[in-house]
Amino acid sequence: MAGLFKTEIKNPVLRWVDTRLPIITLMNREYAVFPTPKNFNYFWNFGAIATVQLMVMIATGVLLAMHYVPNTHMAYASIQTIMRDVNYGWLLRYIHANGATMFFIVVYVHLFRGLYYGSYKYPRELLWMLGVIILLLMMATAFMGYVLPWGQMSFWGATVITNLFSAIPYVGNHITTWLWGGFSVGNPTLNRFFALHYLLPFVLLAVVFFHVVALHITGSNNPLGIDVKGPQDTVPFHPYYTVKDSVGICVFFLIYALVVFFAPRFFMAPDNFIRANPLQTPPEIVPEWYFLPFYAILRSVPNKLGGVTLMFSSILVLFVLPWLDTSKVRSAKFRPMYRPFIFLLLIAVVVLGEVGAHKPEGIWVLLGRIATTYYFLHFLVVLPLLGKLETPLPLPESISKPVLAAKTMERA
Amino acid sequence: MRNFLVAALAASALILPGVARAQETPPLPQLNWSFNGPFGTFDRASAQRGFLVYKDVCSACHSMKYVHYRDLAGIGFSAAQIKAIAASVDVPMIKSDGTAGTRPGLPSDAFASPFPNEEAAKAANDGVVPPDQSVLVDARAGGPDYIYAILTGYTKAPAGVRVPSGLYYNEYFPGHLIHMPPPLQPDQVTYTDGTKATLQQEARDVTTFLYFVSNPEMEARKRMGVHIVIFLALLSGLTYAVKRKVWADVEH
Repeated sequence: MAGLFKTEIKNPVLRWVDTRLPIITLMNREYAVFPTPKNFNYFWNFGAIATVQLMVMIATGVLLAMHYVPNTHMAYASIQTIMRDVNYGWLLRYIHANGATMFFIVVYVHLFRGLYYGSYKYPRELLWMLGVIILLLMMATAFMGYVLPWGQMSFWGATVITNLFSAIPYVGNHITTWLWGGFSVGNPTLNRFFALHYLLPFVLLAVVFFHVVALHITGSNNPLGIDVKGPQDTVPFHPYYTVKDSVGICVFFLIYALVVFFAPRFFMAPDNFIRANPLQTPPEIVPEWYFLPFYAILRSVPNKLGGVTLMFSSILVLFVLPWLDTSKVRSAKFRPMYRPFIFLLLIAVVVLGEVGAHKPEGIWVLLGRIATTYYFLHFLVVLPLLGKLETPLPLPESISKPVLAAKTMERA
Repeated sequence: MRNFLVAALAASALILPGVARAQETPPLPQLNWSFNGPFGTFDRASAQRGFLVYKDVCSACHSMKYVHYRDLAGIGFSAAQIKAIAASVDVPMIKSDGTAGTRPGLPSDAFASPFPNEEAAKAANDGVVPPDQSVLVDARAGGPDYIYAILTGYTKAPAGVRVPSGLYYNEYFPGHLIHMPPPLQPDQVTYTDGTKATLQQEARDVTTFLYFVSNPEMEARKRMGVHIVIFLALLSGLTYAVKRKVWADVEH
């Protein structure tokens, strides 16, 4: 049905816009009055923080791209120009390079929040799967971004990771050649990585948009993991959650600033300050910290194809997580058996991160294999079984009930 | 046969730890650098002396091609001093008749490299290109402490370690055998400010200078950081107070 949108906005200019493009009504509905469970804890900040951080990365990235040269002869030198001669170039680069680290910290917390409180379960399965796509896109973007400074780790990291595709039977070598645009990592590789590193964040932005749309259809999960029963369970998003998210964003920027201004090279490998040299392999090729658990999974299998398959499966398994977890109860708060297992998974991932940072010898091989085994057991065996074996604790009647009960007890 | 095995085992028990030890490097000395800590700055006098060490010693083999003479303003050299330093260097150029020649350097020039190209650097240095020093401090684990340790870490090789010709024994170098001959000796440079040029003093000064060229933005960065961190701490507190007030009327 065509025609102007019936708006309630009084201001004549805004009214003129809103009747033709009801964006003001939409924003008001989705971000101002949007009913949101009133019992969020600070873990519910991390989605907002991640969105803000994506903006920071795009803004600094666009500015850096104005000075960066994607050519193997000039890339390293252009970074030096950015650091030394571009006005506040050092600031842009330190914000961007450490921004990747901060982004992954935030997204990993956000992901663990989802695991702990069962945010992936009915009816939020698609919301969750969009999140996994976001994670994959982030990883691809971060990997290609790390290649751009054309240091030793950039070059050798790119060589190792692209070589993984050669494990694919029959077509593997053709695929790597196709990825490189040549017979080794070289200028065509750098050039296309730059193009993709610039493109993917905007694809990411689009998927984030759908992630948020899906969120606004189902509504947010909450620490109790029970559905909203009525208006007494919710508060309008604004001002309650705009201000609460702002607290988280401020604290996040505070920590971020401490890294950028006082320890900007803390996460940077010394080897990557050396210009890429295809004739000299560094003593150790270690990926950025946020890839270490996956790198450990890769190396825990003595067979290349097996390792690569397992590494990709470790993310892909998340896609089917909503169907692997057979329990109807969302929050770990009411799942006495799930709780220790989810912390065990956390420990396994941290151990894998530590294993990934060490040479695969001695105890690290064994630890890596145990942790890898648990990682997959958790998703493929423990979660399907728990739903059948576990007796969940009694769920509260509504979000506002336990709040009132707790308050009454406090007063008594 | 058994005796031989026992002897071999005994011998390896004696030799193997020695071999392992020979590969290990002692922990780096932790120096109290002027640029350490959130309020650290470059010790101007030390960095200027360090520039002298670089100019008289390091620059004979090492390039520093991403640094410009104008950057020296960051450690307190005056515009006139920088002009003079740059002018003392011959910069290669193509003359208007198309032949190669040189001209005196300008503050806007990058530091002159000792060799015209990598092949020449290799040929003059036993097949190894001396690393560029523009970001050398950041390119080594341990940073300034490592650089200082290497400069002061030349010792006699322990008994049983053969040092091939063209290599030198350094306690702190991974594998111990380093191509760089001991670059600094006491009184190798003559300081104009009366500081005694001991080996430690020279190493300290040149490391301060190298840290400066690797991180020329450091002082501006830390100054800005202090302001931003104070601002964000206040903003966080304020936002939290507002949050408390907004949520005061909600049972949650």
